[in-house]
Amino acid sequence: MTATASPERTGPHDTASRPSRRGDRTFEGIVRVAAFTILVSLVAVFIFLAIEGWVGLTADPSTYEPFTSFITYITPLVVSTLLASAIALIVAVPFAIAVALFISHYAPRRLAAVLAYLVDLLAAVPSVVFGLWGGRYLAAYLQPLHVWLHAHFGFLPFFGPEPPSPNGRSLFTAGIVLAIMILPIITAISREVFAQTPRLHEEAALALGATRWEMIRYAVFPYARSGMVSGVMLGLGRALGETMAVAMVLATTPNTTLNVIGVASPPTIAANIALNYKESTPERQSLLIATGLVLFVVTFLVNFAARWIAGRSARRMDR
Amino acid sequence: MTTGPIPISHPRLPAWAPALVGAMALALAGLPALLAGWSLTKWIALSFLVFLVALPLWSRVVEGRRAALDRLVTALIWIAFAIAVSPLIWLLWVVIKNGLPAINIAFLTNSMLNVIGDEQGGLYHALIGTLLITLAATIISVPIGILTAIYLVEYGARSRAARVITFLVDVMTGIPSIVAGLFALALLVLLFGTAFRAGIGGSIALSLLMIPTVVRSSEEMFRLVPDDLREASYALGVPRWRTILKVVLPTALGGVVTGVVLAISRVIGETAPLLVVAGATDGINSNLFDGRMTTLPVFIFSQYATSTPVGYERAWGGALVLIVLVMVLNLTARIIGRVFAPAKEH
Repeated sequence: MTATASPERTGPHDTASRPSRRGDRTFEGIVRVAAFTILVSLVAVFIFLAIEGWVGLTADPSTYEPFTSFITYITPLVVSTLLASAIALIVAVPFAIAVALFISHYAPRRLAAVLAYLVDLLAAVPSVVFGLWGGRYLAAYLQPLHVWLHAHFGFLPFFGPEPPSPNGRSLFTAGIVLAIMILPIITAISREVFAQTPRLHEEAALALGATRWEMIRYAVFPYARSGMVSGVMLGLGRALGETMAVAMVLATTPNTTLNVIGVASPPTIAANIALNYKESTPERQSLLIATGLVLFVVTFLVNFAARWIAGRSARRMDR
Repeated sequence: MTTGPIPISHPRLPAWAPALVGAMALALAGLPALLAGWSLTKWIALSFLVFLVALPLWSRVVEGRRAALDRLVTALIWIAFAIAVSPLIWLLWVVIKNGLPAINIAFLTNSMLNVIGDEQGGLYHALIGTLLITLAATIISVPIGILTAIYLVEYGARSRAARVITFLVDVMTGIPSIVAGLFALALLVLLFGTAFRAGIGGSIALSLLMIPTVVRSSEEMFRLVPDDLREASYALGVPRWRTILKVVLPTALGGVVTGVVLAISRVIGETAPLLVVAGATDGINSNLFDGRMTTLPVFIFSQYATSTPVGYERAWGGALVLIVLVMVLNLTARIIGRVFAPAKEH
């Protein structure tokens, strides 16, 4: 780590040190190239998607069946993507923060490590297995909830006026599966910042007679706020881009609808790509790549903002 | 106000109060549950509700408002944890229950070539595909990942370039896997024409997802290597690059390998990018550079998409094999990490 500007060598040692200097320079070159590759690959993702997707932005109107232009083609997909991500966040965030608090402040010390591992296991389950479970079990399990939501909140555009899904394979169920899938990342980030709260702040709060909840509210949360925000945004990034769970759970239709418990909804951008990749005409392929470019730019910005917030708070705390 | 000394301690509920209330809530909710023949979920949900009302109420009477709120939050957090873990347990149970009947020797050693209808099929071709594509992805991403980590720790130190790279690597961990797949697809299409599909495209997509994980974990491990070791090596006249290769790398090796295995277990279950770029086929294809190649996750998805009972059964069998694979990798990583953990200072 330390900069070892090797001391000026003079005299007889000079010749002996030369070959190793060359080795050093070569090695440093290789290492730099590797690090540079990462930058290049990120730029390459953007460039290749742009080159291949460009055609898809302004192709013949027949390419966009059943629509006529790129904007009208992607709008229903964007609406679904936002709805599914919103459901996922609304459900996952309270649970994720509660679970993080549970592991960092409530669970018995000895159990905490095991319980944290259990939550990490949730992140290890492949998305296709989540999709399989969501489509075959969770959908049927949540179907009565669809009926209930429709009966009691049907006046909202999200739960009516069309009848609820008979099998539960709705955007709502897909959003719940997404919530389960993004829970581990939000938990992991929040847990980390909760654990970093200065012990002295916590003990000072307790010494003033605060209950544990008051201590968390007045000592832990203010300290961890930006970390929690960044965790939630990383979760949002995951939810926007998650493909298989939606592709396997949702019954799809091309028609835009705000109703999340209806019989069918348009797929999300990512799921739409997975469901239509087989279409082999080059124009359709470019179109899918163009929607992928949109997804990439949006998730990149969300992740960028999330990491920036996290980094800013880390820098502030260093001071 | 009454006279008398102000008490210095508040009355508290006994330590067994939550357990007692919990048992009573279960019993109380069990009565209507038994009578009306409710499902397990409804019973548990009602007991949670009873518990959430009863314990804070009791606490409010004995301990006061603030303690009651504290008890309510504690109960909510415990319940939230229980609810959050239940999908994992349910999912694992379902995969085992449905997967076990599907698995037999023929299932593991046959491909789906010429399998029609309800005949015995297998996932051998998908296993081969998954192993080859993941192996190639590992070969691409491990050198790049480790060398980048070396740059960040040993050469970049606090330079602007190193900070930018660290930041972008963090951002890269959030790239949706389907976008990685589309990138690989765009690359192949641009180089070899629109209809070209090959397993190596899947490897490229997976390595894009794998590199950030490898960089982050190796970087962390290199930072743990004490500077004393490096300085001792420099003092002996060993050049920097040999110090890195012979001192830093071996010291951190256990942790680095753990990180790599965890990264593999993360990408081995990726479906979307492989679906897009490697496609699917029924037969065995062991050539990474030509033709479609089925992987285990894609096998699960395409069997699921058939919507037939036998298709579902194969999908569950595949899911069980995949989960076992991921869990074995996960455990291996943890065992390697434990065994090669740097010795604690005495």
